[in-house]
Formats: sequence, structure tokens, C-alpha cells
Amino acid sequence: MKITRAEVVHIADLARLELAEDEIQRLQADLSQILEYVDQLSQLDTTEVPPTAHVVAREDVLREDVTRPSLPPEEVLYNAPQAEEGYFRVHAVLPKGEQ
Amino acid sequence: MSLHRLTIHEAHELLRQREVSAVELTESVLARIDECDPEIKAYITVTPEVALEQAARADERIAKGEAGPLTGIPVAIKDNMCTRGVHTSCGSRILESFTPPYTATAVERLFDEGAVLVGKTNMDEFAMGSSTEHSAFFPTHNPWDPSRVPGGSSGGSAAAVVANETLFALGSDTGGSIRQPAALCGVVGLKPTYGRVSRYGLIAFASSLDQIGPLTKDVTDCALVLNALAFHDPLDSTSASESTPDYTSYLVEDLARVVVGVPTEYFTAGLDPGVEARVREAIAQLEELGAQVREISMPHERYVVATYFLTSWPEASANLARYDGLKYGLSAPDAQNIREAQSKARGRGFGTEVKRRIMLGTYALSSGYYDAYYLKAQKVRTLIKEDFDRAFAEGVDVIVGPTSPIVAFGLGEKVDDPLEMYLADLYTIPANLAGLPGISIPCGFHEGLPVGFQIMGRRFAEGTVLSVAYAYERSTDHHSRRPD
Repeated sequence: MKITRAEVVHIADLARLELAEDEIQRLQADLSQILEYVDQLSQLDTTEVPPTAHVVAREDVLREDVTRPSLPPEEVLYNAPQAEEGYFRVHAVLPKGEQ
Repeated sequence: MSLHRLTIHEAHELLRQREVSAVELTESVLARIDECDPEIKAYITVTPEVALEQAARADERIAKGEAGPLTGIPVAIKDNMCTRGVHTSCGSRILESFTPPYTATAVERLFDEGAVLVGKTNMDEFAMGSSTEHSAFFPTHNPWDPSRVPGGSSGGSAAAVVANETLFALGSDTGGSIRQPAALCGVVGLKPTYGRVSRYGLIAFASSLDQIGPLTKDVTDCALVLNALAFHDPLDSTSASESTPDYTSYLVEDLARVVVGVPTEYFTAGLDPGVEARVREAIAQLEELGAQVREISMPHERYVVATYFLTSWPEASANLARYDGLKYGLSAPDAQNIREAQSKARGRGFGTEVKRRIMLGTYALSSGYYDAYYLKAQKVRTLIKEDFDRAFAEGVDVIVGPTSPIVAFGLGEKVDDPLEMYLADLYTIPANLAGLPGISIPCGFHEGLPVGFQIMGRRFAEGTVLSVAYAYERSTDHHSRRPD
């Protein structure tokens, strides 16, 4: 299965990864090789096989709806690249003019 | 006396009898790190202040007669487990300056028992790799031969244990990341049953596979650490509620009623004949000890690596979406908008291997491909799991074979051929896909390098796995050999 350059660029956009030109070329080759390798699974007929959702059977886990202490805001914001007045500060989500 | 050379149970006796103090033991380990780590590079962060403070508190507990088996015992933690106030990088540039505000449950359990944190160990970035060469900072060297890799991704933890730079360590295992470095460094490494140990505070890689476990100098120590780790944690919804026995009660030398399954498919091309010879000897030794050895078949073994790719990489691509450079981690202040900020931070913060897996994972989950890749892999995963369930249903108690098809390889030897490196995980991946416990124990040497013997058991049958490992270990002296 050969992956095109355009597909690599599209997936990188979906994954929010800025790639350099040499990385795009390398990934095009690597992904093609790996997809060729995993293609062996198509030899197996799995029409009647249920997919594994959990290796250990589990019931839904619920807990009592009681308030418990959480981290203080200054600890939550301690690692933030930018914070202001108890909030994370981020770039504008909408371009100027659409705000 | 070289205190850093002790096992947990040996050190505990000396501490309990007040022949040495926890501070003395910790100082011995810290001195050993100073001596060895410039060459081995097992640690990303060494924490002498935390360690000496915890050791002093451990000594108070010991003085009051409240010492448990881990009180005052130095431990190294893989750098993908959160430690409050102690830098946690996950081997990645994107978390290079991250200091967690909370501690992982597994680590907290050790602290509750009085264990002493000496440092955070090196690893492949986000636990993605089999050699620790994918650490964003530096590779770790194998103490048996510093020109070779220690295995990975918990390579720092395994190297630290065998070099006596700690008494024990924690690692994490998604496709073999505890057992393979344990094999390549010649220590004991256990991946417990999926859900046995809480993953709260473990930086996620592939959530249907990840599990925390111990790396120790012998099987007794492994049981002691598992006793502390195995319990139900309400903070982890996948944490198992099954009751936990005292795992040391399984440390008995009686294999009379044990049926050992040996899969034919584990002994094929690609397995180094030198490794095969040691593993065959170990199987013969189990028979000598009274176990009944039976050849079994794992017909879907050849599909495990492909199934692992298509399970773990999509899960990783989803888990790693959280690194957006906004709330913590590397950011891109030069970006013009939020989308560019995310792409730049991720493009700069992730290394080659992580990008490769995010890209393939994103592709496999993207519109129109989900059924062909992720869903298909989950169906094949059912077939792989059924191979094991069938063997256990037919009376097999443990399934054994090599941990790794090869001994430790040279630094740089495989790093440019990712597929070749991945294929070497073929024996460890099945236990993750099927959720089974698996241990790697030393079974001798090939060309002067350690060979690992893997023992897998039924889900939640860590006790049986430990009993077989213990009986074998007691009949050999491989585990007591150290590089120096």
C-alpha cells in the first residue's frame, strides 16, 4: 500500500503536526512500508469474529456523586505556558474580524 | 559492605535488625549513581534531597517497629509516572519542563510503604521503542556492555537495577517494555494482568494495553513489590477489583502439579540459536523440577506484531492529542493562531518515532479506514486471545518461551530500520493483547550477554507465574550474576 505525499500532508494536518520536508518524505516511505506489513491481516477471514473491546470483563464503574477537594488553581496553572487571572491564556481561536 | 548490591529482602532484614539505617542504604545507592551513571545514563533526574528526607522518615518508622518490607528501600521510577513536585518528562521534549501537581497511585503506594525515591529513569519517548535510543535526551547504555542498548522502553529502569544504582524500579509495559529490557539487562521484570495495578498518573500510551510493573533483582523482591502495587484504585476505571493474595505465599519450590505449555510457533526462524539453547535448557530444568511440559500451538502468533501496530498506534494518536502546548508542555509563542500553535508545538516537541506512530494511528482511525484497520485488529486480537484461552482451558498453567529473540544489540544498530526493531517484540506483545501476566527472568548468557525466559499465566494468576519463576530461580544462579 503506497501512501502519497498529499496523504501524508493531510494526515499531518489532522494530527496537528508541523512537519519539515525531509520528515514528510521519510514518513511517506515508512508509512507505506508499515501498511504493507499490516496488510497480512487481510488474509484472515474475521467476518464472524467479535472485536475485543476489553480483555477483562468489566461492569460500568460508578461512584457516589459527592464533592471532593480538587487541585488548587495555582497548581493547575503552574505548568501553563501562559496564564492570566486564574485562566489559561491561548491564541485567538477565531481570526480577527470573525470575533 | 556494599549496601547498594543488596536485594529488597536482604536490605529489609538489615534495616529491621537496625544493622544499617535507611539513610546509610540511600547514601550508598546515591554514591553508586554518582559512580556509574555518567557512563550508564540510566537516570533522567536524580532526587537526592527527596531520597534523604524520605529515608530519614523511614528510619523513624523503623525505630518505632513499623517497618514494612519496602520501608527505607530505594526505588527508581520510570519517567512516565507522575511524581508530585519532581520533574516528569516521559523522555520527551514536549514535557521537558513539566512538573506534575500529583503523584501516580502506584508510586504513592510505594511511598505509603516507606520506599525512597532516588530518581526518575530514562525511557524511549512516550514509551515508544525497544532500545531507549528514542529518549529525547540521551540513550542509556547496557551495564553488561556499554556499547549495547539496555532494551526498552523501560531501559533506564532495567539498567539501574542491574548496575545496582537502585534496589528496584518501576516500569510500564505496553508491548514488552518491562520484560524485554529485563531480559536484555538480566533482571526480573513482571507485567501484571491488565488492570491489576492502577494506572492513575501513568502517562498514557495505549490504554487497552498499558500496565505498570516491577523490575527487581530476584523473584522474591518481585512478589514483595507486587504486594504493594496490586489493589483496586477508584481513581482508575480499568483498575481490577479482584482480591489480591499475599504473593510471597506462592514462593514455594513445588512444580509437581504444574503444566507448562511450550508454543511451537515461538521457536522459528529469527530466534537466535544461542538464545534458543538457553531457553530450551530452562524448559528442561522445569521438567527436572517436576513440571509436566507440553507442546502447544498458537496459530495466530504470526499476526501479533501487525495487530499490535493497529491497536497501540491509533490509541496513542488519540491519547497524545492532549499535548497541544496550551495547558502544559512545550508551547509555540511565535504562532499566529491557535491551530498553528498546536501544530508547531507538536511538530517541535515530538521525536521521529512518536510522530511515526501518531501519523499511522491517525491514518488508521481516519474516515473510511477505521473498519479496515482498528476494527480488523480488534477482531484478530480476539483470535490471539482465544489461542491462549484454549491452552489454559486444556489444562496448561503457564506458557513459556524466550522473552526476546535476540540478546542486547549495539547502540545505533537498528535505529534506522523501525520495522526490524518492532519485529523483535513478537514474544512479549501477546501478553498485552490478551491481558495476561508475564514475567521475564534471567536464564543464562549468550556471548556474555543475558538471556531472558518468559513465563505467562492466566489473568490474575500472577501467583502461579511467580511460583514457577521462583522454583526455577532457586535451582540456578543466573539471577545473582552482575556486570561487575
